[in-house]
Amino acid sequence: MRGFIRPFLLACALAGPTAVQAQAQQQAQQQRVPGTLAQRLAACAACHGSATTPPAAVGSGSERQYYPRIAGKPAGYLYNQLSNFREGRRQYPLMTWMVQHLSDDYLREIADYFSAQHLPAPVLDRAGMPAAELERGRQLVTRGDTALKVPACVACHGERLTGALPAIPGLVGLPRDYINAQFGAWRNGSRHALVPDCMGSIASRLSLADVSAISAWLASEPLPADPSPAPSLSRPLPLACGSAPEPKP
Amino acid sequence: MKRRILIAVGILLVLAVAAALLAWPRAEFIPARSPQAWAPSAGNIARGAYLARAGDCAACHTVRGGAAYAGGRAVDTPFGRVMAPNITPDRETGIGAWSADDFWNALHNGISPGGRLLYPAFPYPNYTKVTREDADALFAYLRSLPPQRNARQPHALRAPYGSQAALAAWRLLYFKPGVFTPEPARGADWNRGAYLVDGLGHCSACHSPRNGLGASGEGLHGGLIPVLGWYAPSLASNDPQLAQLLRSGVSPRGAVFGPMAEVVGQSLQHLSDGDIGAMSAYLRSLPVDGAERAPAAPPPEALMRLGGRLYGQHCADCHGKDGRGAAGEDGGPAWPALAGNRTLQLANPVNAIRIVLNGGFAPSTAGNPRPYGMPPYSPVLNDAEVAAVVSYARASWGNAAPMVTPAEVNGYRAVPLD
Repeated sequence: MRGFIRPFLLACALAGPTAVQAQAQQQAQQQRVPGTLAQRLAACAACHGSATTPPAAVGSGSERQYYPRIAGKPAGYLYNQLSNFREGRRQYPLMTWMVQHLSDDYLREIADYFSAQHLPAPVLDRAGMPAAELERGRQLVTRGDTALKVPACVACHGERLTGALPAIPGLVGLPRDYINAQFGAWRNGSRHALVPDCMGSIASRLSLADVSAISAWLASEPLPADPSPAPSLSRPLPLACGSAPEPKP
Repeated sequence: MKRRILIAVGILLVLAVAAALLAWPRAEFIPARSPQAWAPSAGNIARGAYLARAGDCAACHTVRGGAAYAGGRAVDTPFGRVMAPNITPDRETGIGAWSADDFWNALHNGISPGGRLLYPAFPYPNYTKVTREDADALFAYLRSLPPQRNARQPHALRAPYGSQAALAAWRLLYFKPGVFTPEPARGADWNRGAYLVDGLGHCSACHSPRNGLGASGEGLHGGLIPVLGWYAPSLASNDPQLAQLLRSGVSPRGAVFGPMAEVVGQSLQHLSDGDIGAMSAYLRSLPVDGAERAPAAPPPEALMRLGGRLYGQHCADCHGKDGRGAAGEDGGPAWPALAGNRTLQLANPVNAIRIVLNGGFAPSTAGNPRPYGMPPYSPVLNDAEVAAVVSYARASWGNAAPMVTPAEVNGYRAVPLD
């Protein structure tokens, strides 16, 4: 008996408190958090910014920003993009990685949450930009180009360019590199939307110089006083869009 | 003298041939109980659907955003790329022309209807343990799916791995067909768990170390997953809440991340409480050893100072200054504790590095529908900073794991995420 007890006691002394005990202690001392969406989604703010932290810059200065401002965009648009990343219609591996195992219900909640946020937007200084490029950009954004069969951005994205409910995104307040990258992705076929993919068609009709003009003008246009999306648009849209279909008659 | 050598060589040859014949992985045929076993009845289809979940067939046989089971997902291995085929019942491009016996032969023997040997990226060394009844139910389910036309894409394997001769040699060394044999002394629950873990669950495909020829070892001692760049830890467990982790993706000890998030999201969360309990019982019966840990002296002071500063700046808000993590309002897990954290202290630091670089969310499950997220720090911290903060967390609050170098971090920046 003694031969058994001594090694047993020794083993206990060496092992110290068991992992299970340590675990129980730890849990007892853990802080409690209320489990709000702001806490659950703190991971998103690291790049996209929040009320207290600005969006991450790729370098320093507003001209080095890339990550899009998602605050205040229509929930329908945000949900479509989250599911596009999850299903591989949009390609940004880190975003797919983040959302790939999240349910539809949660993605809708996430979209609702960010649609109700408000963040200051980066605005580029027009002083250093070529006047002719800015004018071409303004023209394309506000009037379009009938010869190229490119409608004006404002026709779908709203007169104030803050998007339209339920699912058309705002275009002001986005970093210029992000806008350029989206046109590149549509042209290269690596960004898709629900068919018919209207922006895919429009991007294919624009030259690189025109894309640059559009992104220069948009990224230097300040957010209007009321940054909320337009409640509705005059229908039908100039192009059929799978992500913003015409209401059924 | 010469004659003796000749005789010796002859004997050795005969022995070698005899050994090869003995070891030859004979295809094993077990007939269906009756054609009713794979008839398209509601019962068979429902049971097959459940088993397909347990086997996580969709994980490989479905491409992101594509039709379920229509194939096309690439499985990258150290030997090249294997393309998962279409297993919907399309006659030309799927398994629409297969019989139940053909399906059994693929699952149990790793041989396709044309007689071709299959690549073990299809985990038939595990699936061979599946009973004929379960194989027939799976077949009934797959036959009930809408047929999808999706032609097989060719594998891209480096020579000589793509050849049938190489496969035959591999099977000779590492494969023996055989249905799971229960150990009656262990009880029904343990046996059900072992059947699911070692068979359809194919847990050893990741959680067992693979040798140079890609064969999984015996046991579930943990191993580095080739190409994906994650370490699948030992499944021997002393976690009383293991079932909660497997079912919901989170437990007070931590959350599932990386490839395991997919396994819980697509497979385990859909299994019955009984089956999850059985799997946990089996895993908790495996002997736990300390082999995955390598206690080490603390890192240099300068590194700890930098790591501590970064920790305070980026991590402490959620994981706590003291590394204790946080619980939700209901007491459920929110942000995992890092003090005493098993993953963080594995001798191989890859998982801790990947979680800091890539961040992510645990899967949405019934038990944890709105998971908490971890931000990706790859855009924010450089290699030296990631190394410092990971080293700090591995050596604080009673943790004592070896430090991490910037070069180790750098190696994981380029691993494809998707």
